[in-house]
Amino acid sequence: MLNNLIFINTTRFFLLILVQVLILNQINLFGYINPYLYILFIIIYPFTANKSLLIFLSFLLGLFIDFFSDSGGIHAAASVFIAFIRPVILKYSFGISYEYNTIKISSEDYLKQTIYVGSMVFLHHFIMFALEIFNINHFLLFLNSILFSSIFSIVIILCTITLFSKK
Amino acid sequence: MQQILYFFIRNKNFLLFTLLFLFSIFLTIQTHSYHKNKFINSSNYISGTIYSMKSSITSYFSLKKENIILLEENNRIKRKLESYRDKITNYNIDTAFIYSKYYFSHAKVINNSYSKTKNKLTINKGINDSLKTDMGVVTSKGIVGIIDNISRKYATVQSILNTNSQINAKLKNSKHFGSLIWNTVDPSIVQLIDIPRLAPVKIGDTIVTGGKSTIFPEGILIGEIKDFTLTQDKNSKYLNIKLFNDMTNLEHIHIISNIDTNEIINLEKENEDVK
Repeated sequence: MLNNLIFINTTRFFLLILVQVLILNQINLFGYINPYLYILFIIIYPFTANKSLLIFLSFLLGLFIDFFSDSGGIHAAASVFIAFIRPVILKYSFGISYEYNTIKISSEDYLKQTIYVGSMVFLHHFIMFALEIFNINHFLLFLNSILFSSIFSIVIILCTITLFSKK
Repeated sequence: MQQILYFFIRNKNFLLFTLLFLFSIFLTIQTHSYHKNKFINSSNYISGTIYSMKSSITSYFSLKKENIILLEENNRIKRKLESYRDKITNYNIDTAFIYSKYYFSHAKVINNSYSKTKNKLTINKGINDSLKTDMGVVTSKGIVGIIDNISRKYATVQSILNTNSQINAKLKNSKHFGSLIWNTVDPSIVQLIDIPRLAPVKIGDTIVTGGKSTIFPEGILIGEIKDFTLTQDKNSKYLNIKLFNDMTNLEHIHIISNIDTNEIINLEKENEDVK
């Protein structure tokens, strides 16, 4: 059972990196909008598992994406941040009970799912674009990127969760 | 002592987070200065290999277009050759005797970005093909960027669509020169600044490289003037330039190496030492 979990998460880790850099980074809808599906790994990582390990894995995940997109450490920083803040977001989207009974994200109702995924994606994109653009002159570009990329990412992540859930 | 140990164990997540977060910020800030991002770039072995695998598949889709571009370039070069043949009667067929300061080689773009504010390209040649940093990259239509990081088999190119780029450029007709920058709005439009107010500027005029650096030879095409305004202090003009290159669709590129680069740089260094 434990080995199975490790295997699934390892496969997911590398599969998401490949999908992100080979397909999703090439979309460039309207010139600058890309979805960032890879944070799905952090979103559906088992809720009760070791938190330090998650923070470290998120750092590696972000760093791999940075390797491919020549962006310094922006993905790593944003991923580490949402991995660290995840317990707080879990608490206010699913209630205090998430730690004791094993909730499956795909079996929760859509409103709770959207709140959880939405907050994670928004925080991630906020930090990422803030670090990438890093210039007050391009403030409008910053807001645009956050808004449209967030919508795109949230839709894709929710679709993926629904598509791959075992019911 | 025990207190301190307990403190570390209790806050281990927070400490780990702070450490990794600060490290990522450090990596990010490093990339803001040109030539400094030695560790994290796509010219490394793993990403280079994966990108060249991707490119070997996707390049089939654009074969037809690329062929047409190559044919057009062939035509243009043939026409030029014919015009030289008219001028020189006893020209020498052996190209080894034609003296040129610049040496051209070609490579293929295996990864391209144009939607960020600091865009980079990855190409499939590196140190093994005797490339070096600070070499210019062009296509048959115009300039692309400058090589900034290099590994054994791959190299990354800082695109002109990068807020760190500043390239010397001039008006083709009047020799007034300025710097080429990008305001991140549109990947087909770049900006030329510091053109003096007196310079005669007409919409549709051609902009070429200035030849004031060792990177690009003089007269490589860049684009044409789309519109222009005076700056606030009324001393210079701010030009919007429509690029001849489609930066969103690059495949075959040429790399320019200047044989005299070392000589020029050494000479300039000597001048600085004297001061």
